Parts: sequence; structure tokens; C-alpha cells
Amino acid sequence: MKKLFKEFTKGLIKENPIFVLVLGMCPTLAVTTSAENGIGMGLAATVVLLGSNIVISMLRKIIPDKVRIPAYITVIAGFVTVVQLLLKAYLPDLDKALGIFIPLIVVNCIILARAEMFASKNSVLSSIADAVGMGVGFTIALFIIGSVREILGAGQIFGIDITGGVIPPATSFILPAGGFLVLGLLMGFFNKATKKNPSGKFDCAHCPLQCSVDKEVAK
Amino acid sequence: MKTIIFVIMGTILVENFVLQKFLGICPFLGVSKKMDSAVGMSGAVVFVMTLAAAVTWAVNEYLLIPNELEFLRTISFILVVAALVQFVEIILKRFIKPLYKSLGIYLPLITTNCAVLGVALLSIQRSYGFGMSVLYGFAAGLSFTVALILFSGIRERLETADVPEAFKGLPIALISAAFLSLAFMGFQGLFSF
Repeated sequence: MKKLFKEFTKGLIKENPIFVLVLGMCPTLAVTTSAENGIGMGLAATVVLLGSNIVISMLRKIIPDKVRIPAYITVIAGFVTVVQLLLKAYLPDLDKALGIFIPLIVVNCIILARAEMFASKNSVLSSIADAVGMGVGFTIALFIIGSVREILGAGQIFGIDITGGVIPPATSFILPAGGFLVLGLLMGFFNKATKKNPSGKFDCAHCPLQCSVDKEVAK
Repeated sequence: MKTIIFVIMGTILVENFVLQKFLGICPFLGVSKKMDSAVGMSGAVVFVMTLAAAVTWAVNEYLLIPNELEFLRTISFILVVAALVQFVEIILKRFIKPLYKSLGIYLPLITTNCAVLGVALLSIQRSYGFGMSVLYGFAAGLSFTVALILFSGIRERLETADVPEAFKGLPIALISAAFLSLAFMGFQGLFSF
């Protein structure tokens, strides 16, 4: 029980998928124009992560090592299709706001990285704890980035006006440039608060395949 | 001819895949530390994106639409891209050794590059024909190249810059990317297609 709790909590701060592991940057930057979109994307990715972690952990002794990446991608793509259809049916507004980034959850590095680094080596229960922890960590990070950008860029939070028209909003924060800027600053503050700078250590963790390239180039 | 120039320039400057659309951020941050790797990666991406745009268009038009299987688009496209990458790797290894040597190690990475799947999905969303899809794929690859090479030049200089400890590495790289993206916003509305 204690171990499961540890697997769950590590995703929140110590191994936060965005600020520490630096995974899944495309949706992180693209959909966080508002707090609501951030939460929506986070939850959609969590559902896919949970499903794929369970299935891959169950199949970890069956999938041959050589074809594991295509096998993982197929499992993940199945769950993404399910989420895509559910969102279209029940939350059409969110589906429209997230657009192309819903099908692109397939290539979200977080999900493939957790399959490769965790689910393929651990039991189903720990994989569930890992998926929920990582998913919640991802959602919280997206929510923070989304709120900062929405407050500064539109003067609103969850669509409610908070500046009262006194301070004009800096629109550039909800434009692409603001995404890079807010994420860079938040990541720096996060490093300052945790007194660590992981970007050197985890730089090859962007996706499970990235490591091989840096090693090959170094040769 | 005019369309070709407009699509290519418009995709590179106005709708840059990395800086305006946020597609392919992982390799943008991961492979931009050295100019050599950036050039190699860009070459592989242009090559695979153009091919992927052509093949996924055909799969969608001749397999998915006639059989009413559009809901399988995501799963079939990612498998097509993965198979294509593998296929290109085998062909290059067998027939064009020098090209394999320079691009080979980047190829496996491209499967999970969301820009490749993104360009396939965007061409379908905008209901492009075959020629236009291939051109769009090629232009998207070029836009990735421009962003990646510019950024790797900046990052090589950041290595020696005096940056606060907490901001070293990725945070300062992201902040520099913000200014690059801001600069590209100046091209807004220059070309439309």
C-alpha cells in the first residue's frame, strides 16, 4: 500500500511530467490558452495513460522486445480513438477547442515514455498508481500554465473577468510566443523552488527513443 | 507556380509548424543542442513528412472512405507512419548507404514526431487533393527545418551565456524560443493560401 502511494505521489512534484521529466511539450504549449482547456487536455491524456498502462502492464510478458514500440503505439492509438469518440459525443465544445491535439495524444511522449519506462517492467497495480499520479501531475501543470496565460492574456479565469477592465490584458500571452515564455519562466521558478535543475540530467528523456540519438551522435 | 510558392512560404513563415502551431516540439527541444544533429534531423523529417503526406492521403481516400472506416483514421495513420519509417530505413540501408549514414539514426525518432501525424491529419481536415497534400507535407518539413536550424544556432550561443542556475538548460531555451516565435508573428498575414 505504501509503495503504491509512493508511485502515485512521485508524479505530482518529484517526477512531474512537465516541469521535471519535460515530456509531452506539444499539447502543453498548444492547448493551454485557458485553464479550462488545460484541465480538459490533462484529463483526456490521463484516461489514455491509465488504459494503456493497464493493458501494457498486463501484456508485458507477452509482447516481444523487438516489436514493443509498434505494439505500444497500437494499444495507445486504440484508447485515443475511444477518448476521441467519447469527447465528440459528450463534450463537443472541448473537442473543438482541443482540435487536432486529441488524435495527437497518440504521439504524446508521456504515454509512450510511461509504457516504456514503467508499465513494461511493473505490476498492474503499480502501473495504475503510476498512471494516475502522472496524469494528475500533468493535469495540475497544464492547469497552472493555462491559468497564468488566461489571467495575463485575457484578464479572465475560467471565462470570468477578474481585472474589471482596469488593466488591459496582454494578448501576446495567449498567442504562441506567450506559451513558450510562460512555460520557460514557470520551469525556472519550479527549479528555483525545488533547488534542482533537472534539464541537464533528463534532457534525453523527451521521449524514450531520444536517448539513442544523443548517444549515437556522441560516438 | 504561384500556389507552390505561396504554400511553401506561407507554411514556413506564417504558419510555422513549430513556432506557431506547436507541432514537433520534442525534437525541437531535444535535437537542437548541436547544429550537426539539427541538420541531420531536419533532412530526415522533410523526407518522411513528404512521403507520409502522400501515403496517408492514399490510405484515407482509397481505404478508409470507401469502407466508411473514418473513425480508424488515428490508429491507421500512426501505423502507416511507423511502417513507412521502418520501410524507408530498410531501403536506405540497402540502396543508398551514404544517405543512411547521415539520416539513419534520426529515422526511428520520427515515428513519434507529432508534426508528421499532424501534417497528415491537417491535410485531411482541410480536404486537400493529392498534389496539394504532398506539397503541404514538403512545406511543413521545410518549416520544421527553418525553425530547428535557427534555434540550434541560438542554443549553441546560450551554452556560453551567463544564466541564473535555475534557468540553465531548458528554461532559458524555452524563453529564447518565445522571442523567436514573437519574431515570426511579424510575418502574420504576409501569405495566405
